[in-house]
Amino acid sequence: MFKRMTKGLLAATVAVFALGGTAPAVAQDDPIRIGSFLAVTGPASFLGDPELKTLEMYIARINGAGGLVGRQLELIHYDTGGDANKARTFAKRLLEEDEVDVILGGSTTGTTMAVIPLVERAEIPFISFAGGVVIIDPVKPWVFKTPHTDRMACGKIFEDMQARGISNVGLISGTGGFGKSMRAQCLEVAPEYDIEIVADETYAPSDTDMVAQLTKIKNTEGLEAVVNPGFGQGPAIVTKNFAQLGFEVPLYQSHGVASKKFIELAGEAAEGVRLPAAALLVAEKLPMDDLQRPIVMGYMTTYEAEYGAGSVSTFGGHAYDGLMMYKAAVEAAGSADPAAVREALEGISGFIGTAGEVNMSADDHLGLDLSAFRMLEIQGGDWTLVE
Amino acid sequence: MPPAFVELLQFLLSGVTSGAIYALVALGFALIYNASHVINFAQGEFVMLGGMVTWVLLSQGIDLPLAVLGAVGLTMLVGLLLEKLAIEPVRNANVVTLIIITIGAAIFLRGLTSVTLGKDLHALPAFSGNEPLDLMGATIMPQSLWILGTTALIVLLLHVFFNYTLLGKAILATSHNRLAARLMGINVNFVLLLSFGLSALLGAIAGILIAPITATHFEVGIMLGLKGFAAAILGGLGSGLGAIVGGLLLGIIESLGAGYISSDYKDAMAFVVILGVLFLMPSGLFGKRGTERV
Repeated sequence: MFKRMTKGLLAATVAVFALGGTAPAVAQDDPIRIGSFLAVTGPASFLGDPELKTLEMYIARINGAGGLVGRQLELIHYDTGGDANKARTFAKRLLEEDEVDVILGGSTTGTTMAVIPLVERAEIPFISFAGGVVIIDPVKPWVFKTPHTDRMACGKIFEDMQARGISNVGLISGTGGFGKSMRAQCLEVAPEYDIEIVADETYAPSDTDMVAQLTKIKNTEGLEAVVNPGFGQGPAIVTKNFAQLGFEVPLYQSHGVASKKFIELAGEAAEGVRLPAAALLVAEKLPMDDLQRPIVMGYMTTYEAEYGAGSVSTFGGHAYDGLMMYKAAVEAAGSADPAAVREALEGISGFIGTAGEVNMSADDHLGLDLSAFRMLEIQGGDWTLVE
Repeated sequence: MPPAFVELLQFLLSGVTSGAIYALVALGFALIYNASHVINFAQGEFVMLGGMVTWVLLSQGIDLPLAVLGAVGLTMLVGLLLEKLAIEPVRNANVVTLIIITIGAAIFLRGLTSVTLGKDLHALPAFSGNEPLDLMGATIMPQSLWILGTTALIVLLLHVFFNYTLLGKAILATSHNRLAARLMGINVNFVLLLSFGLSALLGAIAGILIAPITATHFEVGIMLGLKGFAAAILGGLGSGLGAIVGGLLLGIIESLGAGYISSDYKDAMAFVVILGVLFLMPSGLFGKRGTERV
């Protein structure tokens, strides 16, 4: 209670100074404190590692260019290793001891959800980089997120199917967190696109053979396409088994395998597979007049100049979007005051990030629509845009 | 061919392929168990090393046959070192201690691999292409034939080794009665060392054979090791025939279960069958009957 009062008092004092025009002198010594907790090590390190690198790189650049509203940025980061308990502890430390102005982070849905009650109570804006739709549905006043949701991936896939006149779909999903969540979302949104799920099979993430499940799907009456929500090695094995069994219907993978690794693992079997993915994956193939092209090309070249060719991933892009959105909000609000920044974040419209065009509102703290996903097809061992 | 038959054949083919891999891993468990009564929980790591080292050598531009030889050799070396450095110095400790040591070794090997070779998934090329073969309407990958053929060959070689060579008979003798074997002039320490080397060899071969189908990474050994262990238990720990039958049976149960009943309970069904068998036949299908000597 006392803490909150002092914080409020501090904010008020700063506001008074700002009004009085003496702010720059105070602000120079007092950086904007950006808190972050990411899974830089552990099983989700492929998310946290590029996210942290992106934050560090772009915060240094913003500082080099004179900072934000005349103040420098200071990054305070803790590594959660993907552990939700640690995330909670670190978030507490960020809010109470480090007294950060904003939290950008949370590589996974689990770590993000663990932190939400804390930031809601502390009334500090929080932009998450995790995928789960539960983060922003229902809307929490102080919580925003940058990546697409699996629900949107299902929508994008079904939209493409509709255009091809497909309505009977077989599902084969991994039972890991990602596959499970996306399967549930796909089942939920299918009716909106007049899609009927005629087969619904699963496999464990460490399974080495999915021929049995696919044989069952193949023998399903009226099958017109197969969707595989999953992550890691599973989808590559499904794709190989799919080719082995000689299916005559198209196979759709999810954004969970949107990396060159998947093409490498599945080899020739990946030919003709379609999947929804962020524009970053096909940055160089985007049309010249695409609104996202300059953003994703810029991010890609900057990141790869620092960490080597081919190192860029869509996950780092989520961190880029989060930081840039915060920057835009602070600039719009004219200060780093949490409440003002929150208002400004909610008012963001027409913001172009690596994930797509963001239009936030009081009841949409993600602000992306299906157009942000691109439908890709694998041809000749590379991605091609499906129009 | 009636569709129901083709479907059954497809399930069986896929089950036998996975089963052959489980059988190889289970044989590795059986070898070491026989020589020392230790259940070597680093067996899955031998499988992982086989695949990962082959991938590393391939990526250095080495031909596949040489890469396979190199990976098998290196994994055997790891197996021998494990016995020499971790098991032999404490060989008089009780069996539980030794088992815990192998768990530690497994964690160490996984960690070492993730640090030195990275955490990424890697695919090996299939030995004879990716064109599926048609078998009465069902399909099978050429790699599956490699797996089945190699497993059959290994089983044959092991049979000859154990029944027709002095060294093989020495290992068998040690497994039956360690003290008597020693009194007969058999170097039981050497037998133990050899059994670790052989187990590592079997594990590495299993890991290399399956890598083109499933891809390999530093944690691939955990589940394969567990399945192989389950197969060994099902067949009867220490029985070579049991390991093979147990492995094939486990693969077929999984595949038929996923195909005919529900893929959600694929793993559960395999373990339920194992529990059922153990309930009726506590020493497994082919395990030695009788009680522990006191």
